Order: sequence, then C-alpha cells, then structure tokens
Amino acid sequence: MIDLSKVQKRSTADIAKRIVQDIPDGAHVNLGIGQPMTISNYLPSDREIILHSENGILGMGPLATGDQIDEELVNAGKQPVTMLPGASLCHHADSFVMIRGGHIDICVLGAFQVSVKGDIANWRTGDPKAIPAVGGAMDLALGAKKLFVMMEHLTKSGESKLVKECTYPLTALTAVDYIYTDLATIAVTPEGLVAVDWIDGLSFEELQELSGVPMKRAIQ
Amino acid sequence: MIQKIIPSVTEAVRGIANGSTILVSGFGGAGLPIYLLDALAEQGAKDLTIISNNAGNSGIGISKLIGLGQVKKMVCSFPRQPESGAFDDLYRDGKIELELVPQGTLAERIRAGGAGIGGFYTPTGFGTELAQGKDTRVIDGVNYIFETAIKADYALIKADKGDRWGNLTYHRTGRNFGPIMATAARCTIAQVNQLVDLGDLDPETVVTPGIFVKRVVLLGGKS
Repeated sequence: MIDLSKVQKRSTADIAKRIVQDIPDGAHVNLGIGQPMTISNYLPSDREIILHSENGILGMGPLATGDQIDEELVNAGKQPVTMLPGASLCHHADSFVMIRGGHIDICVLGAFQVSVKGDIANWRTGDPKAIPAVGGAMDLALGAKKLFVMMEHLTKSGESKLVKECTYPLTALTAVDYIYTDLATIAVTPEGLVAVDWIDGLSFEELQELSGVPMKRAIQ
Repeated sequence: MIQKIIPSVTEAVRGIANGSTILVSGFGGAGLPIYLLDALAEQGAKDLTIISNNAGNSGIGISKLIGLGQVKKMVCSFPRQPESGAFDDLYRDGKIELELVPQGTLAERIRAGGAGIGGFYTPTGFGTELAQGKDTRVIDGVNYIFETAIKADYALIKADKGDRWGNLTYHRTGRNFGPIMATAARCTIAQVNQLVDLGDLDPETVVTPGIFVKRVVLLGGKS
C-alpha cells in the first residue's frame, strides 16, 4: 500500500489552475456544477475565455454580489451571476444547440468514475433512495468538442475512480478526453490512458498502482 | 380585434381540466410563472402531468401543486432541489411518476413538438439507462437514440413584457424554456411583468411572436 500522507496532493484550487493551463485563448467553455465551477476563479486576464451557462448565457461573468444580484440571472447551479460585455442570452433549445451541436470547445465535469475507454459515470450512484437527476450532464458529456473531468483520484475508501468498466450508471460512452485529479493529469487516447503529469513525490509506478488500470506515460 | 390580455390570474387558468399535460417554464426560480402556479393550485385541477426542468422546491410553485396532490407525473431533467421535499417523499412512496429526461433532450423534444416534428435521433443518452426501450440507429458511424416530441395542452410561462397580440420579451435567464414551451402547447398562458401597448415592442426585440400565445396576464392580475 502506498503511503499518500508523505506527498502533497493537488488541492481543488491546484486542479483548477492545472485545467486552466489547457484552456486556450478564445475557447468557449462550459463548467459543470460543483468543483468545475471554481475554475472560473482562476481564468487568466490575458486570455479571452467565454463561459457558457446551460440555462442560456454566453459570456457569463463572476458571481453577482450586492446590487448586482438579479434573481432572474443565474448560472446552472441557480446562483445569481453577472454577464460580461459582449454577453448574449438565448432560450434553452438554442443553448443546447451550442452544447449538442458541437459548438462548445471544452466542458469540464465532475465524475464518480471514468473508464479506460473514456466512459463517464457522474449522475447517480444507483442508491435506490436517492432521487435521480441528470440535468445537462449527458448532453454536455457528448456534445462538447473536448470533455475534461475534474475529480479526486481515489474514493474516500481509497478505491481508484479510474476503472476498467464503470460500475455506476453511465452518463456517456467514450466521451472523456482528459482527466485532472489531485494526483495526476491523464489523457484518454485510443491506445488507453496516458499519464501526462503527476505530483512530486509520487513515482509513475506508484501512480499506476494506485490507479489500478493500465496506463502509459507520455513521452516527455 | 385581438385581445389576449386577461384581467386576472384566476381567469387566466380557467378551463385547465383534470388530466391536462402542462409545460411550465423556469430554471429553478428564474422564469417560473409563480402567480399562474398559485392560481392553478387554487383552481384545483388534478391528475396533471407537469413538464418542467425541475420539480419545484420549498413548497412553492410546482412543489405546491405536488404537495396538494394535483400532480400525477413529472417530466423533468433535475427533480432534486434544495428542499424539494414534496416531490421526494411522494416519489419514494411510489405515489408520483417520474420521466427523467436529459436537459438538452427535454428542450429539443419541446422544440420538436412546437415545430410539428414527431421525433428525432440524438446521441445524448446512448448506452445509458435513459436509453432503455428506445430505438437506436447508427448514422455516419455515430450511435443515436430516438426521442419523441413533446406537446402539451397548456404552457404556463413567465415573460417580461407582453402586448395584446401576445408578443413577448423576457428578462435575463428567465427566458430559459419560455420561448420553446410557448410553441408546443395548444394554449399558452404568459404571466408578464409589464403590459405594453401594441407597437411599443420593437419587432427586432420580440422573442416570442404573438401567434404562439393565447392569454397574457399581468403578474397577479394587478395593473
């Protein structure tokens, strides 16, 4: 068993900043509810990155405060937000045309599991008492040109969230392009998972062992 | 003369029968036609099928109708909300039906319903439990599932400005499902923040042309 207490894992902010490195100038980006939304706090001022909100905003700004709050101007998590100069509003069908029609460059979603083929499970655990709710996850997972997953590498009980086959109900098949975790950045390729980078103090072999699935290392 | 403006919310929801299928605009509270839903709660129609993104929360709006036992079935993408108690309890007890639809598929099914299209193929949901029982097809190497259009007896929507022909504008993300729901119902009823004279709305800014709207009512019927 590998002792992870000796290494400094990436914080949520660290993962967000790592993801930002891979978002180019001019990209249209949709950030999923939860951790992915925090990425908006780290967008660099020297790149124009246009945020899309599934409920009909292109050019979404930061969360609204004080007098800016308008209960009819909210993000996908139903929090009051602002709009940037150049923003536009549209109805739900057009907003999902942007998503489903392949117009959004990057979507970042959280996940319970990602398979070696890039299948993603992120909308329910199968708990019979839980109320199922899917929202825009299935549309976003398939529709965006690139799907990034932001998640912890391991579950609370230490099991890898990278799996051979998802055991939780699927959100989409072969959809994920990159996985950003508190331990590593991993590309999903036709040849399988490829570790792009990982945290200091952890060897590639240790990362592989923790992940529990076949993985190659990127040619540096 | 065309006069779609109705003097009160009570009259605006008149005629909604038991067993009706009703589209309700809104994404959380934004764009939710709260006064129309209150009037429907008072009117008392039962065995309703409600199609809306969420299943309401905090005992208001759709949650109020569910709590009063007026709703037989919810068609929505995200029923789970903070304090969505009314729905959650009935669902766990098997006393309310749920048809869960991915949000984009929900929007497109409504759009198709309004456009006279019977259904469409989409990749969204392929290979998931929400594809069970649906036809599939491979087009240009991509797997698709067939989804049918949604049409309804009524649409209850919230808009910003409206005139007596039923032309509507919206406010911010309160627009959400309003424009597409307006097209997909036999009778669309719009709750507006402001009534304006014919000609006051710049035709360039009208979002929902009046042809899609049957009744317009100012907020709670106040003027």
